[in-house]
Amino acid sequence: MEKKLLHLTINGEQHELYINPKKLLVEILRDELGLTGTKRGCNTGACGACTVLLDGAAVKSCSILAMQADGAEVTTVEGLAKGSKLTPLQRSFLDHGAFQCGFCASGMLLSATAFLREDPTPKDIKEGIQGNICRCTGYNSILRAIKAVAEGKYKEEGR
Amino acid sequence: MIHDFNYRRATSIKEALSLLEKYKDDYKIICGGQSLLILMRQGLVAPENLIDIKKVKELDYIDYNPKTGLKIGAATTHREIEKSPLIKKNFPVLAEMEKNLASIQTRNWGTIGGNLAHGDPAGDPAPILIALNATVKMASIERDRILPLEDFFIDIFETALEEGELLTEIQVPILPKKTGIAYQKFNIIKNYLGMVSVAASVTLAEDSEKCTEARIVLGAAAAISLRAKEAEQMLIGEKIDAKLLENAGKKASEECDPVSDIHATETYRRVLVRVLTTRVTGKAWEQAKAAH
Repeated sequence: MEKKLLHLTINGEQHELYINPKKLLVEILRDELGLTGTKRGCNTGACGACTVLLDGAAVKSCSILAMQADGAEVTTVEGLAKGSKLTPLQRSFLDHGAFQCGFCASGMLLSATAFLREDPTPKDIKEGIQGNICRCTGYNSILRAIKAVAEGKYKEEGR
Repeated sequence: MIHDFNYRRATSIKEALSLLEKYKDDYKIICGGQSLLILMRQGLVAPENLIDIKKVKELDYIDYNPKTGLKIGAATTHREIEKSPLIKKNFPVLAEMEKNLASIQTRNWGTIGGNLAHGDPAGDPAPILIALNATVKMASIERDRILPLEDFFIDIFETALEEGELLTEIQVPILPKKTGIAYQKFNIIKNYLGMVSVAASVTLAEDSEKCTEARIVLGAAAAISLRAKEAEQMLIGEKIDAKLLENAGKKASEECDPVSDIHATETYRRVLVRVLTTRVTGKAWEQAKAAH
């Protein structure tokens, strides 16, 4: 097996590394770069916990070879807040108690971020998180949190 | 655990074809990999060489011409098809099918060509594309060839793609006049693979209400996306009514060949085929009557 050079821009920071091409994007993020905010759940593309943004589009990082993300911009949950300034969605998730165990939260946040960027006032919020499973909240607090942002109740901080 | 493989990335069709030729003894093509990587992780597929065509830009396009129809590059993502204004306007049933295919994340990365080449009889796009009389274009170093999509599927996870061949384009002709088209998949969890799906197109004579052409295609009801040809024959040449639709549904449930698995028993699938065939074909017929 021949190692391959991978270029990634992750949360605005450039990375170059040699990897075994069989590595999945989630493995590179977590195991090579220590970005453990991205969760490895089912590892079969079903649960959405590993969702990241690839050039702005939500994808499941367990279902993409890292080599296929070569040259792309990756946003993980660590890249959402700017310093201590949380995004409107993150603040709304906190205010609405949209966490219990928190395992699904990063995937939920990234799916919702992409979904609201595409359509800031969506008719059906459930559609935006259809690919993300939550085992504890019953989804309602998550839906309320996203709805509050869609209704403009949260503004960007300090900009 | 994914086995080690030799990774090669193509950035053009030409490069992809020469890689296929070079590694012809043992390769697998990956595009979005949304199905393939699951099989590789389970160790069911362990290619020596993995040829990546995801970055072949010339396979990523949606073209529509009112005379020749729709052409979709094989590496076009499901999400691009779902969102395409051209497809929403001219083939809304295709956009609707895509919207109900898996999750947004999967649709953002998975491709139409990859889905078809995977050859899963429960795959969403094949039945509706076959009902639309779609053809697929395949390229190899020696030649290009075009095949009706219904002849592309040979057996479960087996397609007509030969060694060295690459699926490059999906072609959908313009619908004939007085044609209606409908599709429905049945599942318990929205956007999961269908337990059974049915797509139908019905064409009526321009000067009478007789059916001149019918295509009824069943998903997850056999080893391949299956045309219910006997059911179709019951409709052709006839004036369709509720009774005939019911009988066509019965016929389709007899001529399919579903399996029993954790999702549904064979008997249950046959019942679904009967009910859905009647409903979906009825819907296509209603649309055909209203069409110009």
